[in-house]
Amino acid sequence: MESYEQFAELQWDVLKEIGNIGSGHAATSLSKLLGRQIGMLVPRVALVDIEEMCDSVGGPEEVVVSIFLRVTGDVTGNLFFILSPDSANRLLDSLFGLPTGEDGQYSDLQRSALCEIGNILAGSYLTSLADFTGLNMTPNVPSLSVDMAGAIISYGLLEYGQLGDRALLIETTFMEGLEKVKSHFFLLPDPGSFAPIFRSLGVPDR
Amino acid sequence: MTERTLVKVAMADLNVSREGVLKTVGLGSCVGVTLYDAKNKIGGMAHIMLPSSSLSRDGAINLAKYADTAIPELIRRMRELGASPHLEAKLAGGAQMFAFSTSEALRIGPRNIESCKEQLKRHSIPLIAEDTGGNYGRTIELCCRTGILYVRSVHRKVKEI
Repeated sequence: MESYEQFAELQWDVLKEIGNIGSGHAATSLSKLLGRQIGMLVPRVALVDIEEMCDSVGGPEEVVVSIFLRVTGDVTGNLFFILSPDSANRLLDSLFGLPTGEDGQYSDLQRSALCEIGNILAGSYLTSLADFTGLNMTPNVPSLSVDMAGAIISYGLLEYGQLGDRALLIETTFMEGLEKVKSHFFLLPDPGSFAPIFRSLGVPDR
Repeated sequence: MTERTLVKVAMADLNVSREGVLKTVGLGSCVGVTLYDAKNKIGGMAHIMLPSSSLSRDGAINLAKYADTAIPELIRRMRELGASPHLEAKLAGGAQMFAFSTSEALRIGPRNIESCKEQLKRHSIPLIAEDTGGNYGRTIELCCRTGILYVRSVHRKVKEI
């Protein structure tokens, strides 16, 4: 089992590039969906603990809209697409013409619309990674949860919980002009999934 | 001295307090266990992530992370603070955050609850209240003066157990 703490610089570069490519494709999909230009900040690749992950979306108690997908295939892991409720509401309104009521609860139609957005973005993210690495990665049925960031993210870390206290994070922030649709992608490969990625890219084992 | 001390318990963490308020946020499939000694007003809280330390592949383990190590450690810390052996337990959390379940890892909530109950039984601590399961996150606060556990969730009223 590789130890994350000792990733060589070349391996970090590979992980960053994977974040870049995947997010770029996802941003293009989002842009096509919205019919508008989508900006993207340079992805951040980091070894983080759960508190840092939560802080990046506003803190563990912050309410977030999260679409979760389990990834299976040659590479396994968890993928989270996280939006603030404001951003999610803006997407629902501008994309589907489904404005959100004052109580902040989503209808079934809105829930499936959000899942579909997650599905499209995750699909393009994973497809680009799969093309790049030649590895098979399949997203499973997406699932939506609107809840505290801490409760949602800890779930994705459980595979890691069995290994150590930190996880690998590839974080991308999308911006839609001045009207911000800020969202985060968290890809949490399972511990055993780093080796096949590096092998496929010809990065030598240490 | 009317201000009560707020003691935060992070994820995979535990802490004890006399007369203060213990708080942990964002329990999803994790379980919050509280132990309380009503006579001495001493409380303890653990934010447990996984059911058993046998799941650990690390050499040094974080005792607070696993049900089977966190509960004995919590009892020890409370005794150190002067708690009597007569403790009462409450549980909150152990939800399944997402609607579907495709692998063993996704049933971690119910397994955490089961394992906590087993540990409490082993240490002969009665479980007097719980707010577990469901598909939503919880934030809990134990008031060590009264022993009341406040459970907060998104879009739900505060529960007192």
